Amino acid sequence: MPAQTTDSELPPSDSTEAPTATPPTGAPRPVRDGVTLGLAVGVSGIAFGAAAVSSGLSTWQACALSLLAFTGASQFALAGVMASGGSLLAGTAGAILLGSRNTLYGLRLADILRPKGPRRLLTALGVIDETTAMTLAQPDLASSRTAFKATFWCLYLTWNLATLGGALGAGRIGSPQAFGLDVVGPAAFLALIWPRLKAGGTERLVALAAVALALGTSRVLPVGVPVILAATAALAGALASPAADDSRASQ
Amino acid sequence: MSATWIAVLATAAGCYALKLAGLTVPQRLLASPRVRRFAELVPVALLAALSAVQAATSGQEFALDPARLAGMGAAVAALLLRAPFLVVIVVAAGTAALLRVAGIS
Repeated sequence: MPAQTTDSELPPSDSTEAPTATPPTGAPRPVRDGVTLGLAVGVSGIAFGAAAVSSGLSTWQACALSLLAFTGASQFALAGVMASGGSLLAGTAGAILLGSRNTLYGLRLADILRPKGPRRLLTALGVIDETTAMTLAQPDLASSRTAFKATFWCLYLTWNLATLGGALGAGRIGSPQAFGLDVVGPAAFLALIWPRLKAGGTERLVALAAVALALGTSRVLPVGVPVILAATAALAGALASPAADDSRASQ
Repeated sequence: MSATWIAVLATAAGCYALKLAGLTVPQRLLASPRVRRFAELVPVALLAALSAVQAATSGQEFALDPARLAGMGAAVAALLLRAPFLVVIVVAAGTAALLRVAGIS
């Protein structure tokens, strides 16, 4: 993460797995940053709660989705299809398709979090964009695990409370957009992959290709699908430079 | 049970199963350098794409909201100045919020 690499002169490369030098931080940054991200992004649960209820879901159905599915893109997709009069089957299928990017995140996180037995069942619930970004931005394994927990729990609580609030009409008090909270997600994702972009040429090319693919197809593909399609940029990058960083990635 | 409840619970079950599946993939599969590299690059690709899509689109349309784009510009400036994460977020949201207060949106 920018803060830690800046302060501690760690090599900016391969930030997630360098088991060396823990940065000499006073405050536990993984907790502070995770909680901040959780609060700021979680508030947009208000928008989901409001959208869900206006699309015909009940308050309890909106809350069940946030509690059990806990992945914003899929939740908005189901509500969106229902609102536009689409079939429940199409809505469900679309929502589940959008959940597939969490599978790809899990591939990466499994190696870092290494959840065992029943813990894995709970950890799985927390595998989403925000937790992945915050976890992978940490300089060592211990910080990564702390960051995952902090982001997960704060975001889970905030998102669910906000969903309930939004379903009950809290959106009428004021829009999160007025506070600029719609910028928090995109700014946070950029900030959290920033060290990777600075460190590697392949990473930069993959990110640029991913952005081009996603924006280029966003008018013709259903909402959410362009982001999944962007994973092919990672596939191309892996085929083009398979083992570039592997010597350093051993644990 | 109503059809809507079935859709809600099926969505929840499907999304959860997909999360669990990623964590449960045998680690020896990741031993291959190409697969490992793919797993490393996937978050970069997805999060970059997500950031761009959230910043510049609304639904299926491009939506170049000046306040939001200015917020993203401020985030990039803060990152170039090596600001910590928290500062980047506050600067980005604060810029967008101030511009909206000023009537630019």
